[in-house]
Amino acid sequence: MSRRMSRPVLAAVLSLAALVSACSPADDDETASDTTSATTSPSTSSDACATDALQTQTDGKLTIGTDKPAYEPWFVDDDPANGKGYESAVAYAVAEELGYAKTDVTWVPVKFDAAIQPGPKNFDFDINQFSITEERQQVVDFSSPYYDVTQTVITTGESKAATATTIADLKGRKLGAQVGTTSLAAINEVIAPSSDAAVFNSNDDAKIALENGQIDALVVDLPTAFFITAAELDNGKIVGQLPPSTGDQEQFGLLLDKDSPLTDCVSMAVDALRSDGTLDELQQQWLAQAAGAPVLK
Amino acid sequence: MTAPAEAFPQLSLVEQERRAYRRGRAHRSSLVAGASTVIFLAVVGTAIVLSPGWPRVKSQFLDVGYGWEVLPDVLRGLWLNLRVLLISALLVLVLGLVIASARTLRGPVFFPVRFLAAAYTDLFRGIPLIILLYLIGFGVPGLRLEFVTTNVVVLGTAALVLTYSAYVAEVFRAGIESVHPSQRAAARSLGLSYGQTMRRIVLPQAVRRVQPALLNDFVAMQKDVGLISILGATDAVRAAQINVAQSFNFTPYVVAGLLFVLLAIPSARLADWVQLRAIRRQQAGGAA
Repeated sequence: MSRRMSRPVLAAVLSLAALVSACSPADDDETASDTTSATTSPSTSSDACATDALQTQTDGKLTIGTDKPAYEPWFVDDDPANGKGYESAVAYAVAEELGYAKTDVTWVPVKFDAAIQPGPKNFDFDINQFSITEERQQVVDFSSPYYDVTQTVITTGESKAATATTIADLKGRKLGAQVGTTSLAAINEVIAPSSDAAVFNSNDDAKIALENGQIDALVVDLPTAFFITAAELDNGKIVGQLPPSTGDQEQFGLLLDKDSPLTDCVSMAVDALRSDGTLDELQQQWLAQAAGAPVLK
Repeated sequence: MTAPAEAFPQLSLVEQERRAYRRGRAHRSSLVAGASTVIFLAVVGTAIVLSPGWPRVKSQFLDVGYGWEVLPDVLRGLWLNLRVLLISALLVLVLGLVIASARTLRGPVFFPVRFLAAAYTDLFRGIPLIILLYLIGFGVPGLRLEFVTTNVVVLGTAALVLTYSAYVAEVFRAGIESVHPSQRAAARSLGLSYGQTMRRIVLPQAVRRVQPALLNDFVAMQKDVGLISILGATDAVRAAQINVAQSFNFTPYVVAGLLFVLLAIPSARLADWVQLRAIRRQQAGGAA
Protein backbone atom coordinates (compact mmCIF):
# COMPACT_ATOMS: atom_id res chain seq x y z
CA MET A 1 0.00 0.00 0.00
CA SER A 2 2.60 2.52 1.12
CA ARG A 3 4.78 1.58 -1.82
CA ARG A 4 2.03 2.54 -4.23
CA MET A 5 1.28 5.76 -2.41
CA SER A 6 4.76 7.17 -2.33
CA ARG A 7 5.13 7.91 -6.01
CA PRO A 8 2.04 10.09 -6.47
CA VAL A 9 2.84 11.83 -3.19
CA LEU A 10 6.38 12.52 -4.29
CA ALA A 11 5.13 13.75 -7.64
CA ALA A 12 2.65 16.04 -5.90
CA VAL A 13 5.36 17.47 -3.65
CA LEU A 14 7.69 18.05 -6.56
CA SER A 15 5.03 19.75 -8.66
CA LEU A 16 4.11 21.91 -5.68
CA ALA A 17 7.76 22.77 -5.24
CA ALA A 18 7.96 23.72 -8.89
CA LEU A 19 4.85 25.82 -8.52
CA VAL A 20 6.06 27.67 -5.43
CA SER A 21 9.50 28.34 -6.81
CA ALA A 22 7.94 29.47 -10.08
CA CYS A 23 5.87 32.03 -8.20
CA SER A 24 8.68 33.37 -6.08
CA PRO A 25 10.88 34.94 -8.76
CA ALA A 26 7.86 36.71 -10.21
CA ASP A 27 7.37 38.43 -6.87
CA ASP A 28 11.03 39.33 -6.81
CA ASP A 29 10.83 40.98 -10.20
CA GLU A 30 7.86 43.01 -9.16
CA THR A 31 9.61 44.44 -6.14
CA ALA A 32 12.78 44.92 -8.01
CA SER A 33 10.97 47.27 -10.35
CA ASP A 34 9.29 48.89 -7.34
CA THR A 35 12.58 49.61 -5.65
CA THR A 36 14.15 50.93 -8.81
CA SER A 37 11.34 53.35 -9.36
CA ALA A 38 11.60 54.39 -5.70
CA THR A 39 15.32 54.99 -5.89
CA THR A 40 15.14 56.85 -9.18
CA SER A 41 12.64 59.28 -7.70
CA PRO A 42 14.33 62.64 -7.39
CA SER A 43 15.72 63.73 -4.05
CA THR A 44 13.71 66.09 -1.93
CA SER A 45 13.37 69.48 -3.45
CA SER A 46 10.35 71.56 -4.27
CA ASP A 47 10.33 70.09 -7.79
CA ALA A 48 10.17 66.58 -6.39
CA CYS A 49 6.99 67.56 -4.60
CA ALA A 50 5.29 68.87 -7.71
CA THR A 51 1.89 67.20 -7.94
CA ASP A 52 2.78 65.31 -11.13
CA ALA A 53 5.93 63.84 -9.58
CA LEU A 54 4.20 62.40 -6.51
CA GLN A 55 3.89 58.62 -6.54
CA THR A 56 0.47 58.20 -5.03
CA GLN A 57 -1.75 55.10 -4.98
CA THR A 58 -3.66 56.43 -7.99
CA ASP A 59 -2.01 58.97 -10.28
CA GLY A 60 -3.43 62.42 -9.82
CA LYS A 61 -5.41 61.40 -6.74
CA LEU A 62 -4.54 61.48 -3.05
CA THR A 63 -5.83 58.56 -0.98
CA ILE A 64 -6.14 59.31 2.72
CA GLY A 65 -6.95 56.72 5.38
CA THR A 66 -8.61 57.00 8.77
CA ASP A 67 -10.47 54.66 11.09
CA LYS A 68 -14.21 54.19 10.95
CA PRO A 69 -16.12 55.39 12.91
CA ALA A 70 -14.22 58.69 12.88
CA TYR A 71 -14.71 60.49 16.18
CA GLU A 72 -15.33 64.13 17.04
CA PRO A 73 -13.74 66.61 17.40
CA TRP A 74 -11.25 65.18 14.88
CA PHE A 75 -13.98 64.49 12.35
CA VAL A 76 -17.62 65.53 12.27
CA ASP A 77 -20.61 63.25 11.60
CA ASP A 78 -18.32 60.26 10.96
CA ASP A 79 -17.70 61.67 7.48
CA PRO A 80 -14.04 62.54 6.84
CA ALA A 81 -14.87 63.84 3.35
CA ASN A 82 -16.91 66.79 4.61
CA GLY A 83 -13.82 68.82 5.56
CA LYS A 84 -15.18 69.38 9.06
CA GLY A 85 -13.28 68.53 12.22
CA TYR A 86 -9.58 69.24 12.85
CA GLU A 87 -8.07 66.18 11.17
CA SER A 88 -10.33 66.35 8.14
CA ALA A 89 -9.46 70.03 7.75
CA VAL A 90 -5.72 69.35 8.15
CA ALA A 91 -5.89 66.50 5.62
CA TYR A 92 -7.50 68.76 3.02
CA ALA A 93 -5.03 71.54 3.80
CA VAL A 94 -2.13 69.12 3.23
CA ALA A 95 -3.77 67.92 0.01
CA GLU A 96 -4.09 71.50 -1.19
CA GLU A 97 -0.48 72.22 -0.25
CA LEU A 98 0.56 69.22 -2.37
CA GLY A 99 -1.53 70.52 -5.26
CA TYR A 100 -4.61 68.32 -5.06
CA ALA A 101 -8.08 69.77 -5.44
CA LYS A 102 -10.71 68.72 -2.91
CA THR A 103 -12.26 66.45 -5.56
CA ASP A 104 -8.93 64.62 -6.04
CA VAL A 105 -8.97 63.38 -2.46
CA THR A 106 -10.31 59.87 -1.79
CA TRP A 107 -10.88 58.60 1.75
CA VAL A 108 -10.50 54.95 2.70
CA PRO A 109 -11.42 53.43 6.06
CA VAL A 110 -8.28 51.90 7.64
CA LYS A 111 -8.33 49.96 10.90
CA PHE A 112 -5.48 50.46 13.35
CA ASP A 113 -3.80 47.09 12.71
CA ALA A 114 -4.18 47.53 8.94
CA ALA A 115 -2.37 50.86 9.13
CA ILE A 116 0.71 49.36 10.79
CA GLN A 117 0.97 45.93 9.09
CA PRO A 118 4.06 45.29 6.94
CA GLY A 119 2.28 44.57 3.62
CA PRO A 120 1.40 47.07 0.88
CA LYS A 121 -0.76 49.94 2.12
CA ASN A 122 -3.96 51.12 0.46
CA PHE A 123 -3.51 54.76 1.46
CA ASP A 124 -1.02 57.53 0.74
CA PHE A 125 -1.16 58.74 4.32
CA ASP A 126 -3.32 57.94 7.34
CA ILE A 127 -4.54 60.63 9.73
CA ASN A 128 -5.94 59.13 12.91
CA GLN A 129 -4.33 60.68 16.02
CA PHE A 130 -1.18 58.61 15.69
CA SER A 131 1.39 59.67 18.29
CA ILE A 132 4.94 59.78 17.00
CA THR A 133 7.39 57.57 18.91
CA GLU A 134 10.86 56.34 18.04
CA GLU A 135 9.78 52.71 18.49
CA ARG A 136 6.97 53.11 15.97
CA GLN A 137 9.25 54.90 13.51
CA GLN A 138 11.12 51.64 13.00
CA VAL A 139 8.14 50.21 11.12
CA VAL A 140 6.28 53.20 9.67
CA ASP A 141 7.06 56.74 8.56
CA PHE A 142 5.59 59.79 10.24
CA SER A 143 5.27 63.27 8.79
CA SER A 144 6.19 66.36 10.78
CA PRO A 145 3.77 66.70 13.71
CA TYR A 146 0.50 68.56 13.13
CA TYR A 147 -0.70 68.68 16.73
CA ASP A 148 0.85 68.83 20.21
CA VAL A 149 -1.27 66.64 22.45
CA THR A 150 -1.59 66.15 26.19
CA GLN A 151 -3.32 63.26 27.93
CA THR A 152 -6.24 64.24 30.12
CA VAL A 153 -8.12 62.51 32.91
CA ILE A 154 -11.91 62.77 32.74
CA THR A 155 -14.63 61.42 34.96
CA THR A 156 -18.23 62.03 36.01
CA GLY A 157 -19.43 64.08 38.98
CA GLU A 158 -20.56 60.96 40.87
CA SER A 159 -17.24 59.13 40.56
CA LYS A 160 -14.72 58.62 43.34
CA ALA A 161 -12.16 60.31 41.11
CA ALA A 162 -14.17 63.54 40.80
CA THR A 163 -12.44 65.14 43.78
CA ALA A 164 -8.90 64.24 42.73
CA THR A 165 -6.57 67.21 42.36
CA THR A 166 -3.17 65.52 42.16
CA ILE A 167 -1.72 62.51 40.39
CA ALA A 168 -1.33 60.83 43.80
CA ASP A 169 -5.12 61.09 44.32
CA LEU A 170 -5.60 58.94 41.20
CA LYS A 171 -3.26 56.10 42.20
CA GLY A 172 -5.89 54.15 44.10
CA ARG A 173 -8.58 54.59 41.44
CA LYS A 174 -9.61 52.19 38.69
CA LEU A 175 -8.62 53.89 35.44
CA GLY A 176 -9.51 53.06 31.86
CA ALA A 177 -8.28 53.83 28.35
CA GLN A 178 -8.77 52.76 24.77
CA VAL A 179 -6.44 50.06 23.47
CA GLY A 180 -3.77 51.24 21.06
CA THR A 181 -3.59 54.72 22.56
CA THR A 182 -0.77 56.53 24.27
CA SER A 183 -3.39 57.32 26.95
CA LEU A 184 -2.85 53.81 28.26
CA ALA A 185 0.91 54.35 28.34
CA ALA A 186 0.30 57.60 30.24
CA ILE A 187 -1.74 55.75 32.88
CA ASN A 188 0.99 53.17 33.40
CA GLU A 189 3.94 55.53 33.26
CA VAL A 190 2.67 58.79 34.77
CA ILE A 191 -0.01 57.67 37.24
CA ALA A 192 1.12 54.03 37.82
CA PRO A 193 -2.16 53.09 39.56
CA SER A 194 -2.31 50.31 42.16
CA SER A 195 -4.83 48.26 40.15
CA ASP A 196 -4.33 47.45 36.47
CA ALA A 197 -5.92 49.81 33.99
CA ALA A 198 -9.03 48.55 32.20
CA VAL A 199 -8.45 48.54 28.45
CA PHE A 200 -11.34 48.94 26.01
CA ASN A 201 -11.84 48.47 22.28
CA SER A 202 -13.08 52.05 21.93
CA ASN A 203 -13.74 55.15 23.98
CA ASP A 204 -17.46 54.40 23.52
CA ASP A 205 -17.08 51.19 25.55
CA ALA A 206 -14.94 53.01 28.10
CA LYS A 207 -17.60 55.70 28.53
CA ILE A 208 -20.25 53.08 29.34
CA ALA A 209 -17.93 51.49 31.90
CA LEU A 210 -17.35 54.96 33.41
CA GLU A 211 -21.07 55.67 33.61
CA ASN A 212 -21.66 52.23 35.13
CA GLY A 213 -19.04 52.88 37.80
CA GLN A 214 -16.92 49.97 36.53
CA ILE A 215 -14.03 52.41 36.18
CA ASP A 216 -13.52 55.65 38.14
CA ALA A 217 -11.87 57.74 35.45
CA LEU A 218 -10.89 57.61 31.80
CA VAL A 219 -7.77 58.96 30.11
CA VAL A 220 -8.09 60.47 26.61
CA ASP A 221 -6.35 63.21 24.64
CA LEU A 222 -7.31 66.76 25.55
CA PRO A 223 -9.58 67.65 22.59
CA THR A 224 -11.43 64.35 22.99
CA ALA A 225 -11.70 65.09 26.73
CA PHE A 226 -13.43 68.40 26.01
CA PHE A 227 -15.77 66.78 23.54
CA ILE A 228 -16.71 63.79 25.70
CA THR A 229 -17.25 65.75 28.91
CA ALA A 230 -19.24 68.47 27.18
CA ALA A 231 -21.29 66.50 24.69
CA GLU A 232 -21.44 62.87 25.67
CA LEU A 233 -21.26 62.32 29.42
CA ASP A 234 -23.96 63.33 31.89
CA ASN A 235 -22.24 65.44 34.51
CA GLY A 236 -18.87 64.93 32.79
CA LYS A 237 -15.85 66.49 34.44
CA ILE A 238 -12.23 67.09 33.45
CA VAL A 239 -9.93 66.15 36.33
CA GLY A 240 -6.83 67.58 34.69
CA GLN A 241 -4.05 67.15 32.15
CA LEU A 242 -1.18 64.75 32.72
CA PRO A 243 2.42 65.87 32.26
CA PRO A 244 4.21 64.00 29.44
CA SER A 245 5.75 60.73 30.60
CA THR A 246 9.16 61.09 29.00
CA GLY A 247 9.50 64.83 29.35
CA ASP A 248 9.08 65.22 25.59
CA GLN A 249 5.98 66.83 24.19
CA GLU A 250 3.71 64.14 22.67
CA GLN A 251 2.76 64.90 19.06
CA PHE A 252 0.42 63.54 16.39
CA GLY A 253 1.84 62.87 12.92
CA LEU A 254 0.48 61.64 9.61
CA LEU A 255 1.33 57.96 9.19
CA LEU A 256 2.90 56.73 5.93
CA ASP A 257 4.28 53.42 4.73
CA LYS A 258 7.89 52.81 5.83
CA ASP A 259 10.22 54.58 3.40
CA SER A 260 7.29 55.99 1.46
CA PRO A 261 8.45 58.28 -1.38
CA LEU A 262 5.84 60.77 -0.15
CA THR A 263 7.05 61.23 3.43
CA ASP A 264 9.36 64.19 2.77
CA CYS A 265 6.82 66.03 0.64
CA VAL A 266 4.00 65.48 3.12
CA SER A 267 6.26 66.69 5.94
CA MET A 268 7.15 69.81 3.94
CA ALA A 269 3.44 70.46 3.43
CA VAL A 270 2.74 70.13 7.17
CA ASP A 271 5.70 72.40 7.99
CA ALA A 272 4.40 75.01 5.55
CA LEU A 273 0.94 74.85 7.16
CA ARG A 274 2.47 75.38 10.59
CA SER A 275 4.65 78.32 9.59
CA ASP A 276 1.88 80.14 7.73
CA GLY A 277 -0.44 79.79 10.73
CA THR A 278 -2.98 77.47 9.08
CA LEU A 279 -2.62 74.78 11.77
CA ASP A 280 -3.21 77.34 14.53
CA GLU A 281 -6.25 78.65 12.73
CA LEU A 282 -7.73 75.20 12.25
CA GLN A 283 -7.12 74.39 15.92
CA GLN A 284 -8.94 77.56 16.90
CA GLN A 285 -11.79 76.59 14.63
CA TRP A 286 -12.23 72.91 15.51
CA LEU A 287 -10.66 72.17 18.88
CA ALA A 288 -11.92 73.49 22.18
CA GLN A 289 -9.62 75.78 24.15
CA ALA A 290 -7.22 74.27 26.66
CA ALA A 291 -8.06 76.90 29.26
CA GLY A 292 -9.73 75.49 32.33
CA ALA A 293 -7.96 72.14 32.36
CA PRO A 294 -5.36 72.24 35.15
CA VAL A 295 -2.14 70.28 34.76
CA LEU A 296 -1.94 67.62 37.47
CA LYS A 297 1.21 67.41 39.56
CA MET B 1 10.64 -11.38 16.66
CA THR B 2 12.57 -14.48 17.61
CA ALA B 3 9.56 -16.39 18.88
CA PRO B 4 7.95 -17.04 15.49
CA ALA B 5 11.34 -17.96 14.05
CA GLU B 6 11.71 -20.69 16.69
CA ALA B 7 8.18 -21.87 16.15
CA PHE B 8 8.79 -22.19 12.41
CA PRO B 9 12.53 -22.82 12.22
CA GLN B 10 12.68 -23.65 8.57
CA LEU B 11 11.39 -20.96 6.28
CA SER B 12 11.40 -21.83 2.66
CA LEU B 13 13.80 -19.89 0.45
CA VAL B 14 10.87 -18.34 -1.36
CA GLU B 15 9.40 -17.10 1.88
CA GLN B 16 12.76 -15.70 3.03
CA GLU B 17 13.13 -13.88 -0.26
CA ARG B 18 9.59 -12.59 -0.03
CA ARG B 19 10.27 -11.21 3.47
CA ALA B 20 13.52 -9.61 2.42
CA TYR B 21 11.76 -7.98 -0.50
CA ARG B 22 9.00 -6.62 1.76
CA ARG B 23 11.57 -5.24 4.21
CA GLY B 24 13.37 -3.57 1.35
CA ARG B 25 10.18 -1.96 0.06
CA ALA B 26 9.20 -0.75 3.52
CA HIS B 27 12.66 0.72 3.98
CA ARG B 28 12.44 2.45 0.63
CA SER B 29 8.97 3.85 1.44
CA SER B 30 10.12 5.45 4.64
CA LEU B 31 13.16 6.94 2.89
CA VAL B 32 10.97 8.43 0.19
CA ALA B 33 8.49 9.77 2.74
CA GLY B 34 11.32 11.35 4.74
CA ALA B 35 12.94 12.86 1.68
CA SER B 36 9.68 14.26 0.31
CA THR B 37 8.90 15.83 3.68
CA VAL B 38 12.33 17.46 3.83
CA ILE B 39 12.00 18.72 0.24
CA PHE B 40 8.51 20.03 0.90
CA LEU B 41 9.57 21.94 4.03
CA ALA B 42 12.67 23.23 2.27
CA VAL B 43 10.62 24.51 -0.67
CA VAL B 44 8.04 26.23 1.53
CA GLY B 45 10.75 27.62 3.80
CA THR B 46 12.82 28.90 0.89
CA ALA B 47 9.78 30.43 -0.80
CA ILE B 48 8.98 32.32 2.40
CA VAL B 49 12.53 33.40 3.16
CA LEU B 50 13.20 34.50 -0.42
CA SER B 51 9.93 36.42 -0.70
CA PRO B 52 10.52 40.13 -1.20
CA GLY B 53 8.77 41.19 2.02
CA TRP B 54 10.43 38.59 4.25
CA PRO B 55 12.94 40.83 6.07
CA ARG B 56 10.15 43.19 7.02
CA VAL B 57 7.72 40.45 8.00
CA LYS B 58 10.46 38.80 10.02
CA SER B 59 11.28 41.94 11.96
CA GLN B 60 7.62 42.85 12.50
CA PHE B 61 6.27 39.37 13.36
CA LEU B 62 9.18 37.24 14.56
CA ASP B 63 11.34 39.56 16.65
CA VAL B 64 12.63 37.02 19.18
CA GLY B 65 14.13 39.53 21.60
CA TYR B 66 10.95 41.58 21.69
CA GLY B 67 8.92 38.38 22.07
CA TRP B 68 10.79 37.51 25.27
CA GLU B 69 10.32 41.05 26.49
CA VAL B 70 6.53 40.88 26.21
CA LEU B 71 6.22 37.26 27.40
CA PRO B 72 5.59 38.15 31.08
CA ASP B 73 2.79 40.55 30.08
CA VAL B 74 1.15 37.96 27.86
CA LEU B 75 1.54 35.22 30.48
CA ARG B 76 -0.11 37.42 33.06
CA GLY B 77 -3.05 37.78 30.66
CA LEU B 78 -3.06 34.04 30.02
CA TRP B 79 -3.40 33.40 33.75
CA LEU B 80 -6.71 35.28 33.65
CA ASN B 81 -7.80 33.18 30.64
CA LEU B 82 -6.98 30.00 32.55
CA ARG B 83 -8.87 30.93 35.69
CA VAL B 84 -11.96 32.02 33.77
CA LEU B 85 -11.72 28.91 31.59
CA LEU B 86 -11.63 26.45 34.48
CA ILE B 87 -14.48 28.06 36.39
CA SER B 88 -16.71 28.49 33.38
CA ALA B 89 -15.95 24.98 32.07
CA LEU B 90 -17.22 23.47 35.33
CA LEU B 91 -20.33 25.65 35.36
CA VAL B 92 -20.98 24.88 31.70
CA LEU B 93 -20.86 21.12 32.32
CA VAL B 94 -23.33 21.30 35.19
CA LEU B 95 -25.71 23.75 33.52
CA GLY B 96 -25.51 21.97 30.17
CA LEU B 97 -26.39 18.64 31.74
CA VAL B 98 -29.31 20.16 33.65
CA ILE B 99 -30.71 21.75 30.49
CA ALA B 100 -30.25 18.60 28.43
CA SER B 101 -32.00 16.56 31.13
CA ALA B 102 -34.84 19.06 31.23
CA ARG B 103 -35.19 18.96 27.48
CA THR B 104 -35.33 15.17 27.34
CA LEU B 105 -37.96 14.82 30.09
CA ARG B 106 -40.92 12.71 28.95
CA GLY B 107 -44.62 13.20 29.46
CA PRO B 108 -47.06 16.02 28.61
CA VAL B 109 -46.82 17.53 32.13
CA PHE B 110 -43.26 18.61 31.47
CA PHE B 111 -44.04 20.47 28.26
CA PRO B 112 -43.29 23.92 29.82
CA VAL B 113 -39.92 22.66 31.07
CA ARG B 114 -39.04 21.23 27.68
CA PHE B 115 -40.20 24.43 26.02
CA LEU B 116 -38.07 26.62 28.28
CA ALA B 117 -35.03 24.41 27.78
CA ALA B 118 -35.48 24.56 24.00
CA ALA B 119 -35.96 28.34 24.14
CA TYR B 120 -32.78 28.68 26.22
CA THR B 121 -30.65 26.75 23.73
CA ASP B 122 -32.18 28.56 20.76
CA LEU B 123 -31.54 31.95 22.31
CA PHE B 124 -28.05 31.52 23.71
CA ARG B 125 -26.72 29.36 20.89
CA GLY B 126 -28.04 31.87 18.40
CA ILE B 127 -26.85 35.13 19.93
CA PRO B 128 -23.25 36.09 19.06
CA LEU B 129 -21.05 35.87 22.15
CA ILE B 130 -19.69 39.38 21.68
CA ILE B 131 -23.17 40.88 21.76
CA LEU B 132 -24.11 38.84 24.82
CA LEU B 133 -20.90 40.05 26.50
CA TYR B 134 -21.87 43.67 25.84
CA LEU B 135 -25.43 43.13 27.07
CA ILE B 136 -24.37 41.44 30.27
CA GLY B 137 -21.04 43.16 30.90
CA PHE B 138 -22.27 46.72 30.37
CA GLY B 139 -26.06 46.36 30.46
CA VAL B 140 -26.43 44.63 33.82
CA PRO B 141 -24.26 47.13 35.78
CA GLY B 142 -26.19 49.89 34.02
CA LEU B 143 -29.24 48.82 35.99
CA ARG B 144 -27.41 50.01 39.13
CA LEU B 145 -28.66 47.21 41.31
CA GLU B 146 -26.75 47.26 44.59
CA PHE B 147 -26.60 43.47 44.94
CA VAL B 148 -25.29 42.75 41.43
CA THR B 149 -21.55 42.89 40.84
CA THR B 150 -19.97 45.31 38.39
CA ASN B 151 -16.87 43.14 38.13
CA VAL B 152 -16.32 42.57 34.42
CA VAL B 153 -14.56 39.24 34.89
CA VAL B 154 -17.53 37.81 36.79
CA LEU B 155 -20.03 39.24 34.30
CA GLY B 156 -17.95 38.06 31.36
CA THR B 157 -17.76 34.57 32.82
CA ALA B 158 -21.56 34.58 33.20
CA ALA B 159 -21.98 35.44 29.52
CA LEU B 160 -19.55 32.69 28.51
CA VAL B 161 -21.40 30.15 30.65
CA LEU B 162 -24.76 31.12 29.12
CA THR B 163 -23.48 30.69 25.57
CA TYR B 164 -21.45 27.54 26.05
CA SER B 165 -23.98 25.77 28.27
CA ALA B 166 -26.43 26.08 25.38
CA TYR B 167 -23.95 24.38 23.03
CA VAL B 168 -23.04 21.72 25.55
CA ALA B 169 -26.70 21.04 26.43
CA GLU B 170 -27.28 20.11 22.80
CA VAL B 171 -24.24 17.85 22.82
CA PHE B 172 -25.56 16.08 25.93
CA ARG B 173 -29.03 15.83 24.41
CA ALA B 174 -27.61 14.17 21.31
CA GLY B 175 -25.83 11.70 23.58
CA ILE B 176 -28.95 10.98 25.63
CA GLU B 177 -31.06 10.43 22.53
CA SER B 178 -28.43 8.14 21.03
CA VAL B 179 -28.97 5.58 23.79
CA HIS B 180 -31.29 2.95 22.38
CA PRO B 181 -34.85 2.99 23.83
CA SER B 182 -34.49 -0.72 24.61
CA GLN B 183 -31.96 0.25 27.29
CA ARG B 184 -34.54 2.41 29.04
CA ALA B 185 -37.22 -0.20 28.60
CA ALA B 186 -34.98 -2.88 30.04
CA ALA B 187 -34.04 -0.65 32.99
CA ARG B 188 -37.64 0.25 33.74
CA SER B 189 -38.73 -3.39 33.47
CA LEU B 190 -36.06 -4.25 36.06
CA GLY B 191 -37.84 -1.84 38.40
CA LEU B 192 -35.52 1.20 38.17
CA SER B 193 -37.25 4.57 38.49
CA TYR B 194 -36.95 7.23 35.77
CA GLY B 195 -34.24 9.01 37.76
CA GLN B 196 -32.32 5.80 38.39
CA THR B 197 -32.60 4.85 34.72
CA MET B 198 -31.16 8.19 33.66
CA ARG B 199 -28.40 8.19 36.25
CA ARG B 200 -27.27 4.56 36.02
CA ILE B 201 -28.17 3.48 32.49
CA VAL B 202 -28.62 6.38 30.08
CA LEU B 203 -26.20 9.10 31.19
CA PRO B 204 -23.09 6.90 31.55
CA GLN B 205 -23.51 5.70 27.99
CA ALA B 206 -24.53 9.13 26.69
CA VAL B 207 -21.60 10.98 28.25
CA ARG B 208 -19.12 8.41 27.01
CA ARG B 209 -20.38 8.82 23.47
CA VAL B 210 -20.15 12.60 23.45
CA GLN B 211 -16.75 12.94 25.15
CA PRO B 212 -14.94 13.93 21.91
CA ALA B 213 -17.55 16.57 21.14
CA LEU B 214 -17.32 17.93 24.69
CA LEU B 215 -13.55 18.22 24.53
CA ASN B 216 -13.93 19.92 21.17
CA ASP B 217 -16.13 22.55 22.76
CA PHE B 218 -13.61 22.88 25.57
CA VAL B 219 -10.82 23.73 23.14
CA ALA B 220 -13.07 26.21 21.34
CA MET B 221 -13.84 27.80 24.68
CA GLN B 222 -10.14 28.16 25.51
CA LYS B 223 -9.97 30.75 22.77
CA ASP B 224 -13.36 32.38 23.25
CA VAL B 225 -12.61 33.07 26.91
CA GLY B 226 -10.39 35.92 25.72
CA LEU B 227 -13.41 37.79 24.35
CA ILE B 228 -14.14 39.06 27.85
CA SER B 229 -11.35 41.54 27.14
CA ILE B 230 -13.86 43.75 25.31
CA LEU B 231 -15.27 44.56 28.76
CA GLY B 232 -11.92 45.92 29.96
CA ALA B 233 -10.22 42.86 31.46
CA THR B 234 -6.72 42.21 30.15
CA ASP B 235 -6.42 38.66 28.81
CA ALA B 236 -3.49 37.22 26.83
CA VAL B 237 -4.63 38.54 23.45
CA ARG B 238 -5.41 41.98 24.87
CA ALA B 239 -2.03 42.10 26.61
CA ALA B 240 -0.45 41.30 23.24
CA GLN B 241 -2.58 43.92 21.50
CA ILE B 242 -1.54 46.60 23.99
CA ASN B 243 2.10 45.89 23.24
CA VAL B 244 1.48 45.77 19.48
CA ALA B 245 -0.15 49.17 19.65
CA GLN B 246 2.78 50.58 21.58
CA SER B 247 5.52 49.28 19.31
CA PHE B 248 3.68 48.70 15.99
CA ASN B 249 5.33 45.25 16.05
CA PHE B 250 3.09 42.16 15.73
CA THR B 251 5.42 39.73 17.55
CA PRO B 252 3.30 39.79 20.75
CA TYR B 253 0.38 38.32 18.76
CA VAL B 254 2.63 35.47 17.61
CA VAL B 255 3.70 34.90 21.23
CA ALA B 256 0.07 34.79 22.39
CA GLY B 257 -0.84 32.48 19.49
CA LEU B 258 1.93 30.03 20.40
CA LEU B 259 0.84 30.01 24.04
CA PHE B 260 -2.72 29.16 23.01
CA VAL B 261 -1.47 26.31 20.84
CA LEU B 262 0.56 25.01 23.79
CA LEU B 263 -2.58 25.22 25.88
CA ALA B 264 -4.63 23.28 23.32
CA ILE B 265 -2.15 20.42 22.97
CA PRO B 266 -2.76 18.92 26.45
CA SER B 267 -6.52 19.09 25.82
CA ALA B 268 -6.11 17.25 22.52
CA ARG B 269 -3.93 14.53 24.10
CA LEU B 270 -6.39 14.23 26.98
CA ALA B 271 -9.20 13.79 24.46
CA ASP B 272 -7.23 11.04 22.66
CA TRP B 273 -6.49 9.27 25.91
CA VAL B 274 -10.08 9.43 27.16
CA GLN B 275 -11.29 8.07 23.83
CA LEU B 276 -8.78 5.24 23.87
CA ARG B 277 -9.69 4.29 27.42
CA ALA B 278 -13.39 4.26 26.56
CA ILE B 279 -12.77 1.96 23.58
CA ARG B 280 -10.63 -0.41 25.67
CA ARG B 281 -13.26 -0.63 28.38
CA GLN B 282 -16.04 -1.24 25.92
CA GLN B 283 -14.12 -3.95 24.13
CA ALA B 284 -12.98 -5.55 27.38
CA GLY B 285 -16.63 -5.75 28.44
CA GLY B 286 -17.53 -7.36 25.14
CA ALA B 287 -14.86 -10.03 25.43
CA ALA B 288 -15.83 -11.03 28.96
